[in-house]
Amino acid sequence: MLLAQQGAATVSTGEAVSFWILGPLALAGALGMIFARNAVHSALFLVMTMLSLGCIYMVQQAPFLGFVQIIVYTGAIMMLFLFVLMLVGRDASDSVVEVLRGQRLWAGVLGVGLAVLITGAVARSLIDVTDQGLAGETANGGRGNVANIGQLIFSDYLFPFELTSALLITAAVGAMVLGYVNREQRGRRTQKELVEARFRGEHDRPSPLPGPGVFATANSVATPALLPDGSVAPESLSRLIESTTADKLAVERESVAGTGPAVGTRALAPGKEEAR
Amino acid sequence: MTPTYYLLLSALLFTIGAVGVLVRRNAIVVFMCIELMLNAVNLSLVTFARLNGDLHGQVMGFFVMVVAAAEVVVGLAIILSIFRTRRTASVDDSNLLKY
Repeated sequence: MLLAQQGAATVSTGEAVSFWILGPLALAGALGMIFARNAVHSALFLVMTMLSLGCIYMVQQAPFLGFVQIIVYTGAIMMLFLFVLMLVGRDASDSVVEVLRGQRLWAGVLGVGLAVLITGAVARSLIDVTDQGLAGETANGGRGNVANIGQLIFSDYLFPFELTSALLITAAVGAMVLGYVNREQRGRRTQKELVEARFRGEHDRPSPLPGPGVFATANSVATPALLPDGSVAPESLSRLIESTTADKLAVERESVAGTGPAVGTRALAPGKEEAR
Repeated sequence: MTPTYYLLLSALLFTIGAVGVLVRRNAIVVFMCIELMLNAVNLSLVTFARLNGDLHGQVMGFFVMVVAAAEVVVGLAIILSIFRTRRTASVDDSNLLKY
């Protein structure tokens, strides 16, 4: 009896082959996802896992779920993940620093324990289970799985199905509310706040920088502004453009004030200034 | 090979997802690990549907997918808004409920 049941529980060779191809692919994708440093690589590994799972669903007589898996998960959800990854920045990868000491080690130990527990329980409890299968007449009624799933959703599960529509609308509205940024108000301060911030010392100086002094003789921005005492305002000068006018003005001011280098009586006074 | 192998694969995938949630610090990768766990459970639902010859398991898997899609949308929006205010996507740096 037991042997007969186990014989009935084995699957066809084609399904076994596809399982031994797709299962390791799914496992490799999952492992690659948690071991990849780059978050984009993690997302692509997860896409591989989900594609393999979609194919496994189709092998297991769940074509509807298989296609929904591929279209919704790998097509929509993972692309959403990739979009958010690009928005957040690809370099926002993991820090190697362990905040809790030994966390990785204990996570690994607990993971192995969990795997042993679940697989052991599953393997022991399902050792002599008859595979009813969904390909037979009893499950399908000769109409195929997709039609039967549609009938189930719209008859037995009609109320939960309607609830999912409410859930989806709520999620969409919630995402819009969470993602909305009022760019008009964010980061724009009123003039009063700006003035107060300037005098509180958030900026280098309370007033704007002085503009260049444009005289009747020159209209270049290299011309310096003059302070009330006639000296050159250094902040009016560009740091990039060298101002010969400012140098000349400073020298003339020094010579008038008598603070400059003393000019000898025998020196050729104009020539010396030209030499500068 | 028996259909039980699918359940073993599902258990392993779930475990890998759980370990990923514990180990990874990037909020988006943690989220992807949660998706992996949901997928593993879906695989077990599909397998049970096949073992029992009953389509209710597949309908459950369908509902899990719908809820997962809604959850992803809201979760990613939360991660984005946290990133906007804190300039980080690491779960270690999010230690305040406000700001």
